[in-house]
Amino acid sequence: MKIDRRSFLSFLIGGAAGTALSPLPWKLTDDISIWTQMWPWVPIPEKGEVSTVNSACTLCPGGCGISVRKVDDRVVKIEGLAGHPINNGGLCTLGLAGAQLLYGPQRVKAPMKNVGGRLVEISWEEALGEISARLKELRERGQPHRVACIAGTDRGTVPELLNRFLTVYGSPQFFRVPSIQDTYELALYLMQGVRASAGFDFENADYVLSFGSGLLDGWGTPVNIFQAHSRWCERSGKLVQIEPRQSRTAAKADSWIPINPGTEGVLALSLAGVIVKESLYNADFVNAQSSGFDSWQQVLLENYDTESAAKITGVDPSTIAKLARDFAGARKPLAVCGRGKGQSPGSLKEVMAVHALNALVGGIDRQGGVRAVPEPDYIDWPEPEMDAVAAAGMQQERVDQAGGSQYPHARYLLNRLPEAVNSSADSPLQVLFVSDANPCYSLPNSKAFSDAFKKIPMVVSFSSYLGETAELADFILPSPIYLEQYEDRPIAAGYPLPIVNLTRPVVKPLFNTRSVGDVVIELARSLGGTVAAAFPWEDYQTCLKETLGDKWIVLNEKGYWAGDKLGSGGQPATFETKSSRFEFTNAEIDAMARFAPVEPEGDIAAFPLVLVPYDTMRLWNGYIGDPPFVIKIVPDTVLKNNDVLIEINPATASELGLQDGQAANLTTPRGTARVRVHLFEGIMPGVVALPAGLGHTAHSKFLAGKGANVNALIGSVEDAATGYEAVWGIRAKLDKA
Amino acid sequence: MSTADDLDRTESENAAGKVAETASSGSGNKKQDGSSASITLFFIVGFVASLVVGWVVFPKLLYSQKEQPVVFNHEKHNELVDAGCESCHFFREDGSYSGVPKLAQCIDCHEEVQGDSEAEEYFVTEFVQKGREVPWLVYSRQPPCVFFSHAAHVKKAGMDCVSCHGHIGESEELRPYEYNRISRYSRDIWGHNISGIKRNSWDRMKMDDCSECHVEENVNQGSVQTHKGGCFVCHH
Repeated sequence: MKIDRRSFLSFLIGGAAGTALSPLPWKLTDDISIWTQMWPWVPIPEKGEVSTVNSACTLCPGGCGISVRKVDDRVVKIEGLAGHPINNGGLCTLGLAGAQLLYGPQRVKAPMKNVGGRLVEISWEEALGEISARLKELRERGQPHRVACIAGTDRGTVPELLNRFLTVYGSPQFFRVPSIQDTYELALYLMQGVRASAGFDFENADYVLSFGSGLLDGWGTPVNIFQAHSRWCERSGKLVQIEPRQSRTAAKADSWIPINPGTEGVLALSLAGVIVKESLYNADFVNAQSSGFDSWQQVLLENYDTESAAKITGVDPSTIAKLARDFAGARKPLAVCGRGKGQSPGSLKEVMAVHALNALVGGIDRQGGVRAVPEPDYIDWPEPEMDAVAAAGMQQERVDQAGGSQYPHARYLLNRLPEAVNSSADSPLQVLFVSDANPCYSLPNSKAFSDAFKKIPMVVSFSSYLGETAELADFILPSPIYLEQYEDRPIAAGYPLPIVNLTRPVVKPLFNTRSVGDVVIELARSLGGTVAAAFPWEDYQTCLKETLGDKWIVLNEKGYWAGDKLGSGGQPATFETKSSRFEFTNAEIDAMARFAPVEPEGDIAAFPLVLVPYDTMRLWNGYIGDPPFVIKIVPDTVLKNNDVLIEINPATASELGLQDGQAANLTTPRGTARVRVHLFEGIMPGVVALPAGLGHTAHSKFLAGKGANVNALIGSVEDAATGYEAVWGIRAKLDKA
Repeated sequence: MSTADDLDRTESENAAGKVAETASSGSGNKKQDGSSASITLFFIVGFVASLVVGWVVFPKLLYSQKEQPVVFNHEKHNELVDAGCESCHFFREDGSYSGVPKLAQCIDCHEEVQGDSEAEEYFVTEFVQKGREVPWLVYSRQPPCVFFSHAAHVKKAGMDCVSCHGHIGESEELRPYEYNRISRYSRDIWGHNISGIKRNSWDRMKMDDCSECHVEENVNQGSVQTHKGGCFVCHH
């Protein structure tokens, strides 16, 4: 038998026939089609038991309640908590994307030590041992005051534990990250004599006059204000936005008044001038409950007439007069200030001018007005016993001079810290703890912070995220994040009720983390003596439970504790000033520097433009950086590829010969950045604007390397009256790249 | 250089030669028979070989086997519980189906080693004491794109477990888990018969098997939400 071509073909035909009669081709076709649906990168939803845990969001100071949906032990969805007084079921994009901050790549997974510029993992015992040894040494040398702490807030058990630790250790150097609340607290103290935070009853106001506050861009309690805005729309309430740039808030406001940047205070005073001149003020309140009105109105009438105010602010005299009449004529008018998200304290006299407007219309402690919200009083620990070292340390001056002779009223002046450290040969601070803060990115003059942090011999960060400050730290002692632990969060971000949220462990801590409270207690214990004695609790959770007392039950059940609702005008306002009245002005106020608009840094000839930063709900620029979902919703008029777009009026752009989309170099006295031009009719000629929240160098690959950090381009400007950070912009120039 | 004439001549000579060869052998038909026989033979060899490959070799290559991580006796457990399958494979309060039990349920009885079997000791030391979930290999796992509600079938339609899962509840040991190397599905989805022929309702769990029953029972052949098309009854 010969195997030839024919027999081979025959074999093949037989094979084909046999194959067709076997399941092979049909099964293979089916399997291959299924294989194409099974790519490894296709996300597969978790299977398991669905449960929900009610907790609180801490990603911004806004204090929303959240309802976290889990499948078995995995967080799959975060939603707003229905019935929570602040957000009642609503939630912003950052809150919704919280799960990415839990599982994302930016987490610090274990304690780290910076060894020659590289972060290496070490054990908790080693890390705490080294830090404790340094603390002991400083105390032995009689220099406990050279230890400092920066915290995101000074309220709640964790910041209070940090502060208590510093106190018994012997250091007065506790800092809180600045915000508009600093200035409001001081204004309330000077004008009303109370130690309280300012709460704004937006919900019940019918005419809101906003001096640049990004009410729909993340100011205060964002979700609550969004919901209040919806109600203004329904009940024909009015929102008037005063700012140089048409922000989202301005675009959604009933009217937008463009104003020369930095002159909002002048406008507020001229509005007050019109109200006084035309006797439109609430005579009941002014006559019966205020003092200092006469001397105050004299200053107004002499200096802030509409004509001269118009020249400074760029707002028409007739518009000023109309605004004043509308404001005074409204049933429940409310004026508010604090630019953008309200992350900068600003000028005290400007805040006082705006607060005085509320007083003129009787809007103090009434429905739809401003309320002095008392500081929470549930933390009632016994006074710690101090040893001689601690007592001596506490007598030392703060490095920022807050509370000193120059700025007696300021409590914390974090903006002055870099200068104090950088200007001396030997850093006045030897150890710095940083909790819930990223000053090397988020504060103006961020480079000076970085330099100072490099100079301080030991920086200890409690950050859960590898942000810019954590990267510079000598030790990172990561704490569990809000979805992993119990923590009380009193809310002070402009909400009109005292309210405390409790975060609950939605999942077990994913990584080798310890809560800040536990670390403080442990460090105190290792130091022994009176320091250890001031922390009698076994661990942080015991401390929290004992401190909250009865509130623990309510908090654990509902997730929040809220104070009384603002009465409908029944309770009269209480003023604890010398006169027991609201003081438009008094000796103390008069002794401070007089109001003058804060001038931007830079020479007008070299830098003909003015750069202002702006905030949006889609870019978070504090301790938390945008998670991937949120950076994805930043439009390409803000960020295109990796370039940030600078907003510029078409008229200004054509003067400079710049086209839309063109690359340009932005230069300020503090630095240079590469930007792209975005022609925008909604910005005043001569002003350019950059978003805050871009230009990260740390966090994760999803966020780093996109755009420029506006805080690196802006310097720090002190408010003459208080020393607070008052910068709102800087002079700049824009050249073709 | 050859011309056209040369070429013609050569071809005719070749043809003549072939004729002569055929004639000289004198057995032309026999040779042809032999050739067709070998052709048939090769056809049959090819045919049979491919059938063997398709029916025997292919299924062996297509499927891989894994042993379950822990030995389990359904029959024994079934004797000890009160509520049958639902004792361990229960519906949660929200109506969702728990599926394969979690370690938490096993721990109720197996916190300590029961009896003296090695498998039991292995289970308790490796999983219970370490708090590790058992990575059970689920024979009936449908792909993630399929929505299947146990509640609709068991609670509403009153079907029993056997209709789809067969008599696994009476088994004394867990058979090896077989999965398709290409699609990664459990073999139970296509069925153990490679040609897809089924004798019992639980032999296959492909889409056609779902729709067969839905057509027979005349239930939910369209989307519950839109009443249009049948795809989104199960696919999402």
